[in-house]
Amino acid sequence: MPAGPREGIKNILVVSVVVCLLCSIIVSFTAVSLKPAQDANKELDRKQNILRAAGLLPAGASTDSEGRGAAELFESFEVRAVDLDSGRFTDAVDPLVYDQQRAARITDSSRDLTPQEDIATLGRRENLGLAYFKLDSEGEIERLVIPVRGYGLWGTLYGFLAIDRDLRSAVGLSFYTHKETPGLGGEVDNEQWKASWAGIPLFDDVGDPTVRLVKTRSDDPSEIDALSGATLTTRGVENLIAFWTGDLGYGPMLERLRAGVTL
Amino acid sequence: MASGKKVLVDPIFDNNPIALQVLGICSALAVTISMSNTLVMCAAVIFVTTLSNVAVSLVRNHVPTNIRIIVQMTIIASLVIVVDQVLQALVYDISKRLSVFVGLIITNCIVLGRAEAFAMQNPPGLSALDGLGNALGYSVILLLVAVLREPLGAGTLMGVEILKTVNNGGWFVPNGMMLLSPSAFFIIGLLIWALREWKPEQAEEPDFEIAPNLQYREAF
Repeated sequence: MPAGPREGIKNILVVSVVVCLLCSIIVSFTAVSLKPAQDANKELDRKQNILRAAGLLPAGASTDSEGRGAAELFESFEVRAVDLDSGRFTDAVDPLVYDQQRAARITDSSRDLTPQEDIATLGRRENLGLAYFKLDSEGEIERLVIPVRGYGLWGTLYGFLAIDRDLRSAVGLSFYTHKETPGLGGEVDNEQWKASWAGIPLFDDVGDPTVRLVKTRSDDPSEIDALSGATLTTRGVENLIAFWTGDLGYGPMLERLRAGVTL
Repeated sequence: MASGKKVLVDPIFDNNPIALQVLGICSALAVTISMSNTLVMCAAVIFVTTLSNVAVSLVRNHVPTNIRIIVQMTIIASLVIVVDQVLQALVYDISKRLSVFVGLIITNCIVLGRAEAFAMQNPPGLSALDGLGNALGYSVILLLVAVLREPLGAGTLMGVEILKTVNNGGWFVPNGMMLLSPSAFFIIGLLIWALREWKPEQAEEPDFEIAPNLQYREAF
């Protein structure tokens, strides 16, 4: 191509600056103007996940049978930050803005896990966790939802575990992000399987986690059907439940609540 | 100069970007697990390809040859970010499921291919039709793949159960492979075969003839 005025250095600079400027204006305008809607969506998504684990919102729907949306249903919840080691409630962070997963990545707000402790392959565990309490009309705990996560086969599963008012048995388990194989490990999303968590005792007599995912269920009530063809996902789910209901997870908090500590 | 109608309709079956040029396969494998994801992805690609063609065509007489690809990529990338932001704001669920694949429209060969091959030489109106036509050609194949993959792999279509699976107490044993990427290769291959049976002029001349096996023992 002959070198015309178009090919000169000056034109190259002018064109690149103008194109970049125009594009960045368009991009930043969209990003800034849509930010509130996006944040609202993320917040709504988190609430919906918590409500689904607690069995208050059907999967795939955005309203319950009485037509109440997530925001309205979530009003009956109280969110508290918990010091996971001692199990005490704390006001050190604002539970409405605290990002638990981010805290786990920062050295100051998390602790290293030894290989023996780290059954859910987390690497680090945050010092403070969130707990979502659904209170009944008398202010008693009706349900309690805790965030859980752990490594499956391909990546970390993120979800919520709902615990009943006796603070011993499960109400439901629901994952909102995972990378398990569709059709095999991905069946952690299967409604029938998820329903099998309802009423399962999570702790034995001395308060240790007991849930096992097994191939053939015996009479033991704390056994749940494993996912067929997904041994590693199943093991991951078993381990993450054991971790987050155990001494390094929300175990101390549950113990204190059972001993009669109020919110 | 080619007529508008030809520019628009040609890429749908006669010169399909996926089936004939075999471009844009990556996202065709990734997003066709479910119909709703596919529809949103197609809409995003239609938007990006059409507008990037128009934008590139508008600046085509000012862009120096040396930096034309970078200029095209900048325009395409900006449009893709806009689409991604809009999806996150409007259809958060689907945007979460499409995850990186919306962002990866930037690397979709069809978009840059049309900008470089068509929009750099043609006026904006015609370029818009070309972008729209190619994106529709892409969408037709994606929708065909999705309409096979979702029911066979999960027993649903648009998330509504149409074949009751064994896991949910029905009779249908879903084919797990349909949920994995390789199945899209098979389906696209079969679609290309069907298309070339219908329009034999699309079949390519073989590069070479396979020589007949003359050594009898070699077969054993």
